[in-house]
Amino acid sequence: MIYIKNVVTLEYDKELCTGCGRCTEVCPHGIFEMRDRRAVITDRDRCMECGACSRNCEYGAIQVKAGVGCAQALLQSKISGGDPVCGCGSPGAPAGGACCG
Amino acid sequence: MKVLTVLDPGTSKISPRTGQGACCAPAAAKSSGDMPVAAPAVYPEMIQAVITGYMEVPGNRVPVVSTSWNRADRMGEIRSRLSNFRMNYAVPPGLYAVGTPGAESDILVSANYKLSFDMLRRELKGRDLWILVIDTAGINVWCAAGEGTFGTEELSQRIVGHGLGGIVTHRRIIVPQLGAPGIDAAEIKRRTGFRVHYGPVRSSDLPAYLEDGYRATPEMRTVTFSSADRLVLTPIELIPALKSYFFVAVIFLILFGLDTTGILFRKAWSEGMPMVAMGLAAVLSGALLTPVLLPVIPFRSFAVKGLITGTAVTALMIHGAGAVGRNDGVLTAMSYIFFPALSSFLALQFTGATTYTSLSGVTKEMKYAIPLYIAAASVSLVLVVIYKLMDWGIL
Repeated sequence: MIYIKNVVTLEYDKELCTGCGRCTEVCPHGIFEMRDRRAVITDRDRCMECGACSRNCEYGAIQVKAGVGCAQALLQSKISGGDPVCGCGSPGAPAGGACCG
Repeated sequence: MKVLTVLDPGTSKISPRTGQGACCAPAAAKSSGDMPVAAPAVYPEMIQAVITGYMEVPGNRVPVVSTSWNRADRMGEIRSRLSNFRMNYAVPPGLYAVGTPGAESDILVSANYKLSFDMLRRELKGRDLWILVIDTAGINVWCAAGEGTFGTEELSQRIVGHGLGGIVTHRRIIVPQLGAPGIDAAEIKRRTGFRVHYGPVRSSDLPAYLEDGYRATPEMRTVTFSSADRLVLTPIELIPALKSYFFVAVIFLILFGLDTTGILFRKAWSEGMPMVAMGLAAVLSGALLTPVLLPVIPFRSFAVKGLITGTAVTALMIHGAGAVGRNDGVLTAMSYIFFPALSSFLALQFTGATTYTSLSGVTKEMKYAIPLYIAAASVSLVLVVIYKLMDWGIL
């Protein structure tokens, strides 16, 4: 399934890629592929901004504003301020949605 | 490494945790950072029940756990899927064993949410492995990784604190792929000397992954969101929605029962109940029907999907079940505004349960959806007032 198009913050700099392949290992939507010993993005709109790729890219080739795609978390952050987090495991966190299971 | 003794499982009991009412309250105390980490003196009863013995390793006594599920494990899964029981369903963090692992055995990392731990050990029948349970405050791997509790700091402290370097001779550690948003593999290597191997998304693929020399197929690396997955997730949204709806239903009954002479029971019943039924249909439309039918409902936006199913369900209630009198234009208009908006709002809440929605996408949806909901609620209120004034013969 693909979510809303042309919105994700994923940025990739091919020049910095060393071809280690970590991004292909960690992306839960398989959007990276190795071609000619470099990673390429096959379908950017499948990115859910989980941040696994950028955190595991040792060479800083991938940047993404990671966060939770959760309306409840966003609503909560608008009401109380701060970043939208689902709050699971944080003391005093809001009632969790299905994500917490 | 010495595998010395297999002791009897302990019989001591621990009193159930109390004072953990809030759904997202931490289910287990965070590690203090004082390492090395000692195993708990007594394990909770539900863990005792799956411990088959203990192994002595340098500086630690490691519980050996069963790879089968007992009745309590199965009930625990059902209760976790249905209620906030899951927010307090945790395994003490630490090192566990499956079979009789040795110095060459693999180490698998798990969150300390009991269901995550159970799903993992169930797949390890006939194997000799170590399981390193890290403290994620009782939250599953993916959510905890997003929050950072399944993170680099916690994992590296556990690797060092439990003395894994002295227990195994290799330097591999298998981390669930969905933990990757919280783990910097290069940093783990720098701090501990252990190389992170990301395992498959689903624990059911672990046997194949291990047998194929730590290789996962693209299918094993990809999350899915089948109708069964979606159905399993609906109760968590639906049950609180129904609980909140009870109060809305009471307001409906009072509002429609209201007359110039007071609240009339007959009026509340005859005019309020059809509205209560339509609201119930809208709740089911947004929190159950939309999630289950997600891929077949047009458009990508959850708010729009919920609006479509909500409109269809409202039409069915009005024209199929005759929930509103044929000549009641004001009430029909109110119904077509309020109930689809309610369905849309609940459908949008389901974004938190999906495996593919992004923060940027939800932000975009909310920019137009929230003003729309406020407008829908305001217009509906005005229409109800007009309806009541007409009903009382004032208009």
